Amino acid sequence: MRTVSAFAAGLLFGLGLLVSGMSDPAKVLGFLDLVGHWDPSLAFVMAGAVAVSALGTLAARRRGRPLLAPRLEIPTRRDLDLPLVAGAAIFGLGWGLAGLCPGPALTLLTVAPAQAATFVAAMIAGMLLVRLVPEPATDRDARRGGIRPEARGA
Amino acid sequence: MDGFTPVSALIGGAMIGTSAALFLILNGRIAGISGILGGLLASPSRETGWRVAFLAGLVLAPLAYGLVARLPAVTVGASLPLLAVAGLLVGFGSRLGSGCTSGHGVCGLGRLSPRSMAATVTFMTVAILTVLVTRHLIGA
Repeated sequence: MRTVSAFAAGLLFGLGLLVSGMSDPAKVLGFLDLVGHWDPSLAFVMAGAVAVSALGTLAARRRGRPLLAPRLEIPTRRDLDLPLVAGAAIFGLGWGLAGLCPGPALTLLTVAPAQAATFVAAMIAGMLLVRLVPEPATDRDARRGGIRPEARGA
Repeated sequence: MDGFTPVSALIGGAMIGTSAALFLILNGRIAGISGILGGLLASPSRETGWRVAFLAGLVLAPLAYGLVARLPAVTVGASLPLLAVAGLLVGFGSRLGSGCTSGHGVCGLGRLSPRSMAATVTFMTVAILTVLVTRHLIGA
């Protein structure tokens, strides 16, 4: 059941990317280009997505236990550290260069195969390269404090 | 303003939010794409099934869409070498920073996580500056 619901969630996510225009790199770049012919559409994508996601978080927390899993696994860390900010900055540089982030890149694999596969292969390489970065002491301490490693993968 | 599409943007955004909400309520997990893919690369274990299923749904979405309507036009302007560089940065940055547009942007902002707010402000700012430089300072 958990696999079926994950597939349905992934499918709905991908359909949302296509309907919203978020899967079109040209549209993403049009949003990021504030001084050009600015297209504010993606602000509406984010507004719609964050609003419904917020309701989902409230509902999930009120319920306590998920319907198909033993427990909620929501990241609990609140501290700001260098890997978070540096990682977000590196991510933003890549996002701004091509107009692609992980979700749309995967969704475009069947639409623009050569381009999307090039991006996704490099993205996977980048994800594997992170393992070469030494883990900061704070992360190890947080882990000892009982936070599950998965909490890193927001 | 070129091609401003607030209605489809809002509807599509609500679909993305609904996916994130359902995934949290049913599976108890954050619908963060980089986290789901990165977790698969990090430890192929009993966690593999739902991760592969979510990603398969994401990849197959255009085929499902194509059954009911014509796929929207997609323009990938970047060259293959630029896509490779951008992909490398996106993969590395999203794992180092514990999330991407979905995990930090959609899910993190939805629960008012301070880490996700900082990450979202950071990647939005850097992406906007990157487009400013590549389109208007270098590419002009």
